[in-house]
Amino acid sequence: MATIFTRPKSIADVPFSYCPGCTHGIIHRLVAESIDELGIEGNTVGVCPVGCAVMAYDYFNCDMIQSPHGRAQALATGIKRAIPESVVFTYQGDGDLAAIGTAETVHAATRGENITVIFVNNAIYGMTGGQMAPTSLSGQVTQTTPYGRDTAIAGHPVRVCEMLATLEGVALAQRVTVESLRTVTAAKQAIKKAFTYQLEGKGYSIIEVLSICPTNWGLSTEKSLQWLRDNMIPYYPLGVFKDKYAKEGAK
Amino acid sequence: MAEKIIMKGNEALAEAAISAGCRHFFGYPITPQTEVAAHMAKRLPQIGGTFLQAESEIAAINMVLGAAAAGVRAMTSSSSPGVSLKSEGISYLAGCDLPCLIVNVQRGGPGLGGIQPAQSDYFHATRSTGHGDFHILVFAPATVQEMADLVAGAFSLADKYRMPAMVLADGMLGQMMEPVVLPEGDSNPPPPKPWAVNGHKNIRSHNIINSLYLEPNDLERTVVERYARYEEVKRTEQQAEEYLCSDAEIFLVSYGATSRIVKSAVVKARAEGIKAGLIRPITLFPFPDAYIDKYVGQAKVFLSVEMSMGQMIDDIRLAVNGRKPVAFFGRTGGVLPTPDEVLGKIREIAGGVK
Ligand SMILES: Cc1ncc(C[n+]2csc(CCOP(=O)(O)OP(=O)(O)O)c2C)c(N)n1
Ligand code: SF4
Repeated sequence: MATIFTRPKSIADVPFSYCPGCTHGIIHRLVAESIDELGIEGNTVGVCPVGCAVMAYDYFNCDMIQSPHGRAQALATGIKRAIPESVVFTYQGDGDLAAIGTAETVHAATRGENITVIFVNNAIYGMTGGQMAPTSLSGQVTQTTPYGRDTAIAGHPVRVCEMLATLEGVALAQRVTVESLRTVTAAKQAIKKAFTYQLEGKGYSIIEVLSICPTNWGLSTEKSLQWLRDNMIPYYPLGVFKDKYAKEGAK
Repeated sequence: MAEKIIMKGNEALAEAAISAGCRHFFGYPITPQTEVAAHMAKRLPQIGGTFLQAESEIAAINMVLGAAAAGVRAMTSSSSPGVSLKSEGISYLAGCDLPCLIVNVQRGGPGLGGIQPAQSDYFHATRSTGHGDFHILVFAPATVQEMADLVAGAFSLADKYRMPAMVLADGMLGQMMEPVVLPEGDSNPPPPKPWAVNGHKNIRSHNIINSLYLEPNDLERTVVERYARYEEVKRTEQQAEEYLCSDAEIFLVSYGATSRIVKSAVVKARAEGIKAGLIRPITLFPFPDAYIDKYVGQAKVFLSVEMSMGQMIDDIRLAVNGRKPVAFFGRTGGVLPTPDEVLGKIREIAGGVK
C-alpha cells in the first residue's frame, strides 16, 4: 500500500504541548517538510524561543537549542558564525521577536545574517496567558488591554515584515498564513524558499506566519480562523515585502 | 623562547585568547576594555576568525552562547555596566553547561559610575552573575603577564568543567603597559564536545541544549549535579600567591591591581619590623580558602584591601570562620589606595594587636 501522507522525518514522534486547534503544529510541519525535502536535517540547528514553542527542541529531530527570551537571532548568529556550513533557523513568537527581541531581530536582519527566521504572529502572548503583544490589533481585548488596545496609550501594532524590508541585509521578507489549504501551500513554498536562500548564501530571510491562538483569543478554532481573516489580514497583508533575488517580472 | 614585548594588559589578554584557540569574539564597545575588542578586530580576520561588534552586550553574550553551543572557544569582553547586561546570558550559559570566556575589565559603579579602575563587581562575579543557583570560574590577574597567562587556563577549565569562566580584571590592569612574554601556540587544545549542536550529520541522535526543566525534581537534579562539579572545582582548582607569609602575623588579602599596592605596603611594614604578609587570590571562584586556612593558626588578624566598600572580605570571613578578626581597608569609585594609606592601616592594626 502506498503511503501518501506521513509524519515528516525531521519531526519527532512525541506528543506536542500545543493546545487543540492551534496552528503552531501546522507551521512545525511546514518547517520539517522543507528540511526533509532539502535533505538538510543533519546540518540543521534550530533555535527555539521563549513562548509556546519553547519546547520545540523536543519536536524537531535536528540539533536544537533553547534561547533566552528574544535572543534567538543573536544566538543563531553565534552558531552560524561558528559553523558557516550549518543551516540555522529560529522559530519565534511575536513577543519574543518584536518586543523583547526587537534589537536582536533588527540587527541580525541588517547584518544580513545568513539564517532563516520563522516568525509566528498570533497577535498575543500565548504562553503567559494572553497579554497584549506588540502585534495585538488596535481595539483588541487582551489580559493587559481589558478595554481593548488603545493606541494612544499602548502604541500601534508593529508590521515586522514591512519594517525589515527597508533593511539592506534582508534577502526575503514575506508574510503568509495557514488559515486554509491554499494559504498553507503558499506558506510551505515561502518557508522552503527561505531555507533555499540560506543554502545559497543569500542572507537573512524572515517568513512571518499569521497564526491563531484559540485559547487566549477565547474563540473556537473555526471562529479564530475567521477572526484572523477578518481582522489580521487587513492590517497585516499577505505578500512578499522584499525579495532581493526575485527574477525580473516574476514577483 | 619567546621574547619580551611591551603591551597593554587588554592587548596581552586578547592575544593570549587567540593562542588559546579562541577564534570567535563578540563584544560591544566600553571603556576601559576597548583594546581587547580593537585587538581582536585587527587579528581575528587575519587568521580566519570571527570578530563581530554586536548591537548590545545582551546580543554579544547570546552570540557567545550560540558559538559555545556550536562547540567553539568563544569569548566576550566588557566592563562593569556591560557585564550587568550579560547577566541573563551568563545564567543561561551556566544552565546549559556551556564553556566560554567572559572578561570584565572593571570600572567604578553603581550605575554609569566612572571609567577608573575598581573592584566593585566582586559580588556580581562570585555571587550573583545572573539569576539562579550557579557559579562561574573567576580568575583575577595582577600583572600584564597574568592577563595573558590566565587565559588559556580559563578556557581549558571552562571546557573541563563545562562552565563559563571569567577574567575579572580592572581598568588599571587593562590600560597599563608592561613587558610580557606571550604564551606560544595552542597549549590547551579543546577537548571533543560530543554535546555540541553542530548538526547530527545523520550519524547520531539529535543534541539538545536547554536549561528548561518543567519538573522540579529534574531541575533540582541538574542543579545538584552541577554543584557536585563546583565542589570538585573548590577542592582542586584554588590558586593564590603567598608573599612573605611564613612568619607573618598580619595577613593582608588582596587581589588584582590592588594587590600590587598592598605588596609595597607589606614591604614598607616589614622595614618597620611589622610582620605583615600577603595572600593574593588568583582564583576568586573557587576562593582560595585553603590558603587562609593554612595560616589561620599563626595569624593575629587578616586585612582585606579592595577597591570596593568590602566584598571579598565576606569570603575571607567565611574562610576564617570566626577564628581570627578580619579587618578592612578600601577605596572605591575609581580611587586607587596608596601604599602609604595601606601602611597606615597596617600600623593601626599592628598597634592594636601588640
Ligand atoms: C526575560 C523573560 N521575560 C518574560 C518571560 C515570560 N514569558 C514567557 S513566554 C512570554 C511571551 C511569549 O509570547 P510570544 O512570543 O508572542 O509567543 P507565543 O507564546 O504567543 O507563541 C513571556 C513574556 C520570560 N520567560 N523571560
Ligand atoms: S496558548 Fe495559544 S499559541 Fe499557545 S499553544 Fe495554546 S493556542 Fe497555541
